[in-house]
Amino acid sequence: MTDENVLDPASRPEEPSVDDPKAALAVPVENAGGLTRKQIQAEQRRVLLRSPAFIVGTLIVLFWIFAALFPGLLTTWDPKDFVTDANGAPVVREGPSGTAWFGTDKVGRDVFSRVIYGARPVLIVAPVSAAVAVAVGTLLGLAIGYYRGWFDEIVSRIIEGFLSVPVILLAIIVLFTFGSSRGVIIGTIAVLFTPVVTRTIRAAALAESQLDYVTSAKMRGENGLFIIAREILPNITGVIVVELTVRLGFAIFTVATLAFLGVVAEDLTDADWGVDVSQGYELIPNGIWWPTVFPALAIASIVIAVNLIADSVDKATKS
Amino acid sequence: MTTNEQADDAPAPALSIDDLHMAYVVRGIPRDVLRGVSLQVTQGEAYGLVGESGCGKSTTAYAALRYLPSNARILDGSISADGRDLTGMSSRELREFRASHASMVYQDPVQAVNPVLRIGPQVAESFRILGQSKAEARESALQALHRVRIASPESVMERYPYQLSGGMLQRVVIAMALAGDPKLLVLDEPTTGLDATVEAEVLDLVRDLRSETNASILLIAHNLGVIRTMCDRVGVMYAGRIVEEGTVADVFDDPSHPYTVGMLNSIPRRGVRKTDRELFAIPGNLPQIGDPLPTCVYVDRCPIVGDVCHTEIPPVVARSDGHWTRCHFPDKIDEVPQPEDVSSVAEIGDEEIIGIHGVSKTFRQRGQDVPALVSIDLGFASGETLGMVGESGSGKSTLAKTMVGVHEPDDGGAITLRGREMAGKATQRRHESIQAIQMVFQNPDSALNRSWTVRRILARSVKKLTGVGGDEADERVREIAAAMRLSPRHLDMRPRQLSGGLKQRVAIARAFAGDPEVVVCDEPTSALDVSVQAAILNLLALLQREQHTSYLFISHDIGVVRYLADRIAVMYVGRIVELGTTGDIFAGPVHPYTEALLSAVPSIDGVAADRIPLDGDIPSPSNPPAGCVFHTRCKYRIVGTCDTDVPPVVDAGGGHSVSCHLSLEQLPTPVQIVASGSDSPG
Repeated sequence: MTDENVLDPASRPEEPSVDDPKAALAVPVENAGGLTRKQIQAEQRRVLLRSPAFIVGTLIVLFWIFAALFPGLLTTWDPKDFVTDANGAPVVREGPSGTAWFGTDKVGRDVFSRVIYGARPVLIVAPVSAAVAVAVGTLLGLAIGYYRGWFDEIVSRIIEGFLSVPVILLAIIVLFTFGSSRGVIIGTIAVLFTPVVTRTIRAAALAESQLDYVTSAKMRGENGLFIIAREILPNITGVIVVELTVRLGFAIFTVATLAFLGVVAEDLTDADWGVDVSQGYELIPNGIWWPTVFPALAIASIVIAVNLIADSVDKATKS
Repeated sequence: MTTNEQADDAPAPALSIDDLHMAYVVRGIPRDVLRGVSLQVTQGEAYGLVGESGCGKSTTAYAALRYLPSNARILDGSISADGRDLTGMSSRELREFRASHASMVYQDPVQAVNPVLRIGPQVAESFRILGQSKAEARESALQALHRVRIASPESVMERYPYQLSGGMLQRVVIAMALAGDPKLLVLDEPTTGLDATVEAEVLDLVRDLRSETNASILLIAHNLGVIRTMCDRVGVMYAGRIVEEGTVADVFDDPSHPYTVGMLNSIPRRGVRKTDRELFAIPGNLPQIGDPLPTCVYVDRCPIVGDVCHTEIPPVVARSDGHWTRCHFPDKIDEVPQPEDVSSVAEIGDEEIIGIHGVSKTFRQRGQDVPALVSIDLGFASGETLGMVGESGSGKSTLAKTMVGVHEPDDGGAITLRGREMAGKATQRRHESIQAIQMVFQNPDSALNRSWTVRRILARSVKKLTGVGGDEADERVREIAAAMRLSPRHLDMRPRQLSGGLKQRVAIARAFAGDPEVVVCDEPTSALDVSVQAAILNLLALLQREQHTSYLFISHDIGVVRYLADRIAVMYVGRIVELGTTGDIFAGPVHPYTEALLSAVPSIDGVAADRIPLDGDIPSPSNPPAGCVFHTRCKYRIVGTCDTDVPPVVDAGGGHSVSCHLSLEQLPTPVQIVASGSDSPG
């Protein structure tokens, strides 16, 4: 989805694309007196709001944001408390029940509470690191895509080098070296994602640079900074938005993976989906699946939801 | 039930479309695109559909094979070919039908072939699906390439698409289309992206193949000249309906629908010049697909509109045998206003404002020098239009970009402003030099920043080019917008909201923001429909009369160049081979290349008496032929002279110069266009 968007310099969000097989090749259709930009945007919005993928994705994401903000409103137990039954007796390794909806884990904590509370670390680390990666990648990608030359050659080779090393391996090395504070985690994921973003934005900037409005700007003597920031940047915002949502999905996934591997959590008793999965998975052969499956489902739900939103936004802007 | 194709009674038409209504579903809403199209193509006939973009002619073409995108809906009507109903066919029947009965040639041959397959297997595939074995298919493919007269088909079989020129690729596509011996061949703008010389060859081929195979042809083209020279009958489409139909001679020489009249008047015909009269620009805009047009589709723009036009669908009125128009007032057709005569003429100064002296431009590609421009000399006086013609790859655009400072010329050449040399790069040029030369690009979609408003686009150029800011700049923006006939409300719109013509006006306004001396126009109207083109050409001519601006006008459309240009330069492989006044060029004597170029253009007025074919492709500038660069394709070449010596400049008088070894008396004169009807000239 994203790649398509990037490789196609003609992807213009507002274009009333008629899937006429010739429309892409033909001269532009007369537009004055027809649909205005506002009408087209209203129609796109309607398509978006009627898209089941978008609705489902948004509801799931909103739910997790709410959970991250007010976990106490959704839960009865604290994630670190040990669940007790009506008689005050501890409930350990019990399946889902009225007392503990998702059951209790191997030391007797409420899995449901831990899933709800676990939203917060993910929803802080993933968006921030995705945003940093997209910001840095956009700057770098614009610069090398517009200027080309040896600067582009060098940066592009470095990016290729980066992309040839497994992401998780790099992350583990960095986190072992610099510790696993939240700042380092965000920085690590941001650095890991920047090359991919840079490459995507570079392709978009390169395509824009070859359009005549850039030639026209050069012709009237504009400098490179003006052309990049004022002429090209506004035209690739669509690409940037899609890139941001896609990276967000990947960032959630990466955070959870690193937590599972045990390289990010400073305190293993904190509610964290990845940590909880890793803490509980060895119990599955004994039939105790709930401490693992529910946090795993939480990870899956938010990754899928973000991707649903990314896809439907992408589709609507291209319709 | 199967249909017997060799029916004894009158044969069914090759294609019959009856009252076809179609819509495209865009963002959930069905939008009307065809509003009752009816046409018949009889066996062996060539039928042309003309009309401006968005009128539905391509949709009709694709509907003829029921080859429609998933968001298309056939609302009403029927399509049948050879008496077989296409609307009810299953997808398997359709596949079988397309394989054996009908095929299609698309506009862009590069997109119609698979770039990673060699030509041979690709063409053979068309025969494989007919059930031939691998060896048989290969043999058939070779035959097919022979049939479309490709030079050395054996070697072409082994090549990849990127190694072939556009014209050769279109031949390959035609070869594939003919694989199943189709009874119906649909050609959708088959020559639009090709040079006039290549276009002429492809059209010749189609004409020959038509007489060989007796296939029926449905030809879609926006170039009326192509339709005139290729077709027996023509349908004029407007907003999803055919408004006039008849033989090409009837329709083009005796148009009976106000739209046809307007469209024909908007084209420079019969050698008309900017000094004679304006071109007719149809007022208003083309309707968009989906616009409600309950009565006459042309009602909003029609000059002879009456009350009944707003209330009733016009009837089909027969004009003569087989020639009809869909109009309430076909007898009032003479009241359609004619274009206005031009009273004042732009004076051409005698001082050279911009001079190009010995300018060369060499690119370095993969360690190899590619001379794109070789020692160009040109001068522009104020108020003068220099037309520039030549095939693509001849260096026209490189010259334009070198002039405006996008490319830096090689050492030794100079571009001067009133005798003073200017820097090569625009960023190093002095303020007056940047201001003096501006450019209008071919495609306004690409040339205007789509996230800026018109006001911002113009204000930025005013600020950069004139140095004024604040209220003064705002005032200047309003002034130039008014001069380009843009209304104030357009200023706050973005390019996407404007029609193609309005966008090009904005681009012209931007070029004129700083009162330039020379405006380089690189194919400024080739992306526009003819009625819009007329308005732009009128505007350019008007601005020239008022502001004495000079133009370098690059175009592949010889008719347009003839209309606008005072002098014409003919370029070939980075060299100017001929330069002279427009009158001299069209009267001759001319360079052999010019002769071929002029004869290749399909004319709407008739057929060229004798077309001079150009063999082979334009040579690559990286490896230009020795001696005269044109000798490889020249039918007058003198062996031993032309292939070794650089030709001298022959002075034909009146500033008309020709680079050729032939003497003035030996140089050819351009072929004349013979006004002809449907009967072909002898």
